[in-house]
Amino acid sequence: MHPAFSVIVFTTASGAGYGLLAWFALFSLSSPSWIDRPLALTTLIFGLALVCAGLGSSTLHLGRPERAWRALSQWRSSWLSREGVAAIVAFAPTGLLALCWMASPSPGVLAQVLALLTIPAALATTYCTAMIYGSLKTIRQWRHPLTVPNYFALSLLTGALLFSAMTRLFGTEALGVELAALVAGSAAFALKHFYWRGIDAPSRVSTAETATGLGRFGEVRLFEAPHTEENYLMREMGFAIARKHVAKLRLLTVLTLFVGPLVSTLLAMAVGGLFGTLFAVTAVVSAAVGVLAERWLFFAEAKHVVTLFYGAKAA
Amino acid sequence: MTCLPESVPGQKKLGLVIDLDTCVGCHACAVNCKEWNASGHSGPLSDFQSKSDGVWFNRVHTFEAGRGETSRTVHFPRSCLHCEEPACVTVCPTGASYKRAEDGIVLVNAETCIGCKLCSWACPYGAREFDEEDGVMKKCTLCVDKIYNDNLPEADRQPACVSTCPASARHFGDLGDPNSDVSRLVAERGGYDLMPEMGYRPVNKYLPPRPKKTGCSSGSEDTISLINLAEKRAEKQRAEALAVKIGAKDAAPTELLADDYPVGGGKGAAFLRWADRMLSR
Repeated sequence: MHPAFSVIVFTTASGAGYGLLAWFALFSLSSPSWIDRPLALTTLIFGLALVCAGLGSSTLHLGRPERAWRALSQWRSSWLSREGVAAIVAFAPTGLLALCWMASPSPGVLAQVLALLTIPAALATTYCTAMIYGSLKTIRQWRHPLTVPNYFALSLLTGALLFSAMTRLFGTEALGVELAALVAGSAAFALKHFYWRGIDAPSRVSTAETATGLGRFGEVRLFEAPHTEENYLMREMGFAIARKHVAKLRLLTVLTLFVGPLVSTLLAMAVGGLFGTLFAVTAVVSAAVGVLAERWLFFAEAKHVVTLFYGAKAA
Repeated sequence: MTCLPESVPGQKKLGLVIDLDTCVGCHACAVNCKEWNASGHSGPLSDFQSKSDGVWFNRVHTFEAGRGETSRTVHFPRSCLHCEEPACVTVCPTGASYKRAEDGIVLVNAETCIGCKLCSWACPYGAREFDEEDGVMKKCTLCVDKIYNDNLPEADRQPACVSTCPASARHFGDLGDPNSDVSRLVAERGGYDLMPEMGYRPVNKYLPPRPKKTGCSSGSEDTISLINLAEKRAEKQRAEALAVKIGAKDAAPTELLADDYPVGGGKGAAFLRWADRMLSR
């Protein structure tokens, strides 16, 4: 599948935003002393800004962005529509939570209720985003049991890394947040490893033979394509550039998304102080590169069954 | 609404039956489709503009299946199959994609499509092509503006691809009615679904190529050789010549050659033997 930059930014930025909002909400539930108003407001506003940037980026993928509002109507059947609805619903508890912190330096039980609502709202939206891809039967690499867990794990990893960097930038150290980043990072690493192993296993469910129904005569080969130039289908579904460099890109992902941030977080926990902050920020920068590479691969490695009509043997 | 209409017993399912045995791969269906639809329900279809490479609802591929003498070369028109479980419809976030309850035709409303392309990702058959000029998705309409068009003579109320096919390889009708001509054709010829494992339950069916005629009645049953044919023809002629000489009219063996192989005898056989040798190098 063609990795559209607008969609990569949409899924990664909104994923990180919802992860950040969810972690903030979770940690603020017990009203710890290290969450003060500047940290809370910065975190909430930054999380909401990431979500807005992601949603804004997703409209750039549309042929008719001015009609984007129509996408909210078909939530009964469409995961894309559900994602839009969930994103808008999630603005209610998160926005009100930010307002609470603006109104009071130590908001009381109302903020805790809103934080409690923020967590499922953020997770539900991330789930809908993942299901846009996870529900497509035409792409084996997306309709995979680990697609949804991957989206959750990466959302929580990038969110925790951001939250950890922010707490350190505001001069506090919250080892719980860093522990959360380590757990989410290890889980995401393991899930991605098993996901890659899963999609590398050859599948012969859909083949050129089942696509054409000509398997009764033997192996099916494309003799002549219907057109001499590329068309929309071949550009959108037949993207093959990254597949050639898959090993290198996977290594880059492992190093920048998992190894780099996890080691940086451990170092930040170990040294603390100014260097601790630097390490936490490094972890965020590294993970940003890594998650973009990971999402690029998620698209580029996905092989659509329509390629079977254009010469692919199996998909 | 992108939820699918409820299927009722005896549901009308308009669709196509495509005969892969008789399709000659002339692309006339694709061209006439473009011709009609460029000014039809989803028209204009972009073409030859700066950033687009043209939207077509129908594409004709050619496949080879099998190896050696039993292999087949099959022309394979590909268009929307108007599935009974079209995921392209259910994934649509706006309701622009819909399946008509009255006849099962899957359409896109170009006025409300936002061009998110998700429907084209959900379609296994490549039926949907994005119009970069209009920013919306386009697809086969089964010529909905032709098949119900009262201004046309009744005989012309067929999809453009069907009315133009010079080989009568395309048939249009109600596949929900088991007694319709198309349903009978599917039953007789073993019409099949493309990628049945997807579970989309296509309405359009494909008729497989008929079994190959072997062309000779003796020797190895599954091989045809130019030499065999030529030798048999020569043998037949020798026998005929002998029969003439000896005055026996019915002595010539009659079962030697299938009539539809007009192979020359005598010098022709020598030529064929030479051609076979050359081609086998």
